[in-house]
Amino acid sequence: MNLTLFIWRQKGRDTKGSLEQYEAKDISTEMSFLEMLDEVNEQLIKNNQEPIAFDHDCREGICGMCSQVINGVPHGPQQRTTVCQLHMRHFKDGDSIYIEPWRARAFPVIKDLITDRSSMDSIIQAGGYISVHTGGVPDANAVLISKENADTAMDASECIGCGACVAACPNGSAMLFTAAKITHLASLPQGQIEAARRVCIMTEAMLQNGFGNCSNHYECQAACPKGIRVSFIAKLNREFMKAHLKDSV
Amino acid sequence: MLLDGKCPSGPLSEKWERHRQNLKLVNPANKRKYTILVVGTGLAGASAAATLGELGYNVEAFCYQDSPRRGHSIAAQGGINAAKNYPNDGDSIFRLFYDTIKGGDFRAREANVYRLAMLSNNIIDQCVAQGVPFARDYAGYLDNRSFGGAQVSRTFYARGQTGQQLLLGAYAALMRQVKAGTVRLHPRSEMLDVVIIDGEAKGITVRDMVTGHVGSYAGDAVCLCTGGYANVFYLSTNAMGSNVTAAYRAYKKGAFFANPCYTQIHPTCIPVSGEHQSKLTLMSESLRNDGRVWVPKMNGDKRTPNEIPHAERDYFLERKYPGFGNLAPRDIASRSAKEVCDEGRGTGSSGFGVYLDFEDAIKRLGESVIRERYGNLFEMYDRITGEDAYKQPMRIYPAPHYTMGGLWVDYNLQSNVPGLFVLGEANFSDHGANRLGASALMQGLADGYFVIPYTIAGYLAQAVPGRVTAAHPAFIKSIEDVNSLTKKLLSINGKKTVNDFHRELGRIMWEHVGMARSEEGLKRALKLIPELRSEFWQNVKVPGSSENLNQELEKAGRVADFLEFGELMARDALNREESCGGHFRVEHQMPDGEAKRDDKNYCYVAAWEFKGLNYEPDMHKEPLTFENVALAVRSYK
Ligand SMILES: Cc1cc2nc3c(=O)[nH]c(=O)nc-3n(C[C@H](O)[C@H](O)[C@H](O)COP(=O)(O)OP(=O)(O)OC[C@H]3O[C@@H](n4cnc5c(N)ncnc54)[C@H](O)[C@@H]3O)c2cc1C
Ligand code: FES
Repeated sequence: MNLTLFIWRQKGRDTKGSLEQYEAKDISTEMSFLEMLDEVNEQLIKNNQEPIAFDHDCREGICGMCSQVINGVPHGPQQRTTVCQLHMRHFKDGDSIYIEPWRARAFPVIKDLITDRSSMDSIIQAGGYISVHTGGVPDANAVLISKENADTAMDASECIGCGACVAACPNGSAMLFTAAKITHLASLPQGQIEAARRVCIMTEAMLQNGFGNCSNHYECQAACPKGIRVSFIAKLNREFMKAHLKDSV
Repeated sequence: MLLDGKCPSGPLSEKWERHRQNLKLVNPANKRKYTILVVGTGLAGASAAATLGELGYNVEAFCYQDSPRRGHSIAAQGGINAAKNYPNDGDSIFRLFYDTIKGGDFRAREANVYRLAMLSNNIIDQCVAQGVPFARDYAGYLDNRSFGGAQVSRTFYARGQTGQQLLLGAYAALMRQVKAGTVRLHPRSEMLDVVIIDGEAKGITVRDMVTGHVGSYAGDAVCLCTGGYANVFYLSTNAMGSNVTAAYRAYKKGAFFANPCYTQIHPTCIPVSGEHQSKLTLMSESLRNDGRVWVPKMNGDKRTPNEIPHAERDYFLERKYPGFGNLAPRDIASRSAKEVCDEGRGTGSSGFGVYLDFEDAIKRLGESVIRERYGNLFEMYDRITGEDAYKQPMRIYPAPHYTMGGLWVDYNLQSNVPGLFVLGEANFSDHGANRLGASALMQGLADGYFVIPYTIAGYLAQAVPGRVTAAHPAFIKSIEDVNSLTKKLLSINGKKTVNDFHRELGRIMWEHVGMARSEEGLKRALKLIPELRSEFWQNVKVPGSSENLNQELEKAGRVADFLEFGELMARDALNREESCGGHFRVEHQMPDGEAKRDDKNYCYVAAWEFKGLNYEPDMHKEPLTFENVALAVRSYK
């Protein structure tokens, strides 16, 4: 099939970008979306033009590196699917496709479709862990964890840190991302000891790193390729309340 | 030269403990004076950097992705082994040790493998303490499953995302140290050279992938944790950026490369759909428990699978290996699939695929049981191929998956270059000629959390901290070398893209240095690879400049290294006149097609020393001696 692409091109952090038009010819329905872009790039190179820069690595939907807004939707039209797992059979001959980078204050564009997402690492650095040293820990079965809690922790921990939730949020909030980490750790007995402190410093770090507030739009859940649920945000809010109640006692 | 792995003496089970007692320690107050450069933040690198930071060393950690959380360890699905014996089914450290060394076809070091089995239990304890949400039963205890032909249930798992959860655990520990100020992170940074001063590794040269700036970091020791090189085949289950560059450039600076020909080809991957294919996706091997593998009996049969009657199907694994049938080991299943496709009986548009059919299982057990067991895999298969495997058989084909070879290291994980340590898939140490399922995650974390923190002290304790700075002429020279290579790549301005060359190299490697290797084919590869390489240096087109983010330039550097490294692989495969594990030489097989090992002549590690591109590398041998196990012949009939 043949497609018309409108792709965001931007040379660097401090330059202005714009949508440029490209024709993608003879695209096989069996290609993945990124393979389609590979093909466009090969043609650009052969025509002495600079190829389109985009982030990707595992191409299996797990590393969280790929990050494109396709026709206004982070990761494109297929539910629970990262761009790298999206295939061209979901498009039709003659389609126009708009491809843009994540758009959020906390994710400045580095080049074309690539953004700087180190602000998400900063949130984890603030407290997204259990403070344990290597060695000197008890036997793995010494503390029992109910299957239910272990499953909730796992549901939350499936987050791949891609940032689609931030890109989808009208406020550019990292609430779903942060809530997933809070829920993961607070669901486990090992994680409860630092829970109050953690929720305070992580939400603080979220604001300090340029992310917006959460005003319950829930666009994040719809965009998440891993099905991370907004109920985790409620969990974060409960943890936050608990922490502040403790403070006031 | 005979190489010495420096394995400690004494009974197998006491070696590590004794060795630890004898290793020197670094005074706690002095630790922060030592800078350790950790390249790679997958399981091996993240666990090492975090633990060294906790101990108080000054750590600089590098990775090419935008965050350490994205190392390709994240993609591991199945699980991680440990000898906990929680199910009480007869597992022990010795049994895990034995299974691993036998799985490696007796081409690994006993002392290393035993240590790995011992440390496996500490890993699980550590990960649980970090909050890794392993699967649990209803009473709240950790659950296990069996994996990869083991007779015991020793694999810990977190749904189908074990690697992700373990890496997020190590990443969290690492981020804690970043906050504590002991580790500094350098994401989007590619290591392009090791700097060696007076014979010891004292730094690295790195390209900032955003600004293009090439700079050096001086340190007191370097740890390479840069993963495997399966992308030499172009198509593999590795990430797009997985490379041999870090390891290969260390090799060019004097580090020995051990057993490069030992590669693992996984039988159950989704087949190639066309020329555009950029990578291959692994489907869990567990599918072979219920799926039957077949191809049409007739060459070039174009009927859809459901139109082909049973009598006209060849269930080739069941036919050839009646004992194990569809569960034959990875290498055997892979080779058999390639054979039938080479005969022209392959399926799918490319002709390179075999059916994995669940029809009988669905009839026997009902669709709901199959859905429960494999639902997520069927969904993944559908997402990629657009086919419904409940209604028609899946198509699978083997794909390069893991590389057992790597930089040579001794028992301390130190290469032959003092101060250069190598961890995880990048070293050659523990898997011999073939890796068992669920043991790579174990090795990466054992190396990072529990081995390197001790062994590196043995080296550092005798080194003066901060002896060299990046102002040393060796660093300036290294930067110049890297810059001139970059300049050269950008100046060729030929007709073919980097991908064109990589794809072509992949074809040569797959054809001649893949699953079944012959003297003739390997010699052919040794002719074709240098030809392709010289064409590359005349006709490659790398657009853009070196002064900003340039993904084609990054790829070009990696492919340039693969074009040299492929030759080393072929040479190693040619030298090894036996079949063992993932290395199969057609000249050396039993009458029934089984691998024929030659313990008398090849029970050694082949470690290659670079002598210049136009010279043959020297081979050094490390003889393997087995004091605790008898060398047995593998049989899966
Ligand atoms: C699809 C798949 C499934 C698997 N499933 C399992 C399983 O179930 N169980 C199991 O035990 N094993 C499994 N394996 C194998 C296992 O995942 C890997 O062997 C292991 O995770 C490798 O870890 P590592 O830390 O050595 O390397 P990686 O995780 O690959 O990390 C490499 C690191 O090095 C960095 N790097 C590389 N080159 C450079 C450079 N030049 N400059 C700077 N940084 C660099 C990267 O950025 C990255 O941080 C699987 C592998 C694959 C591909
Ligand atoms: S490239 Fe890894 S998730 Fe898409």
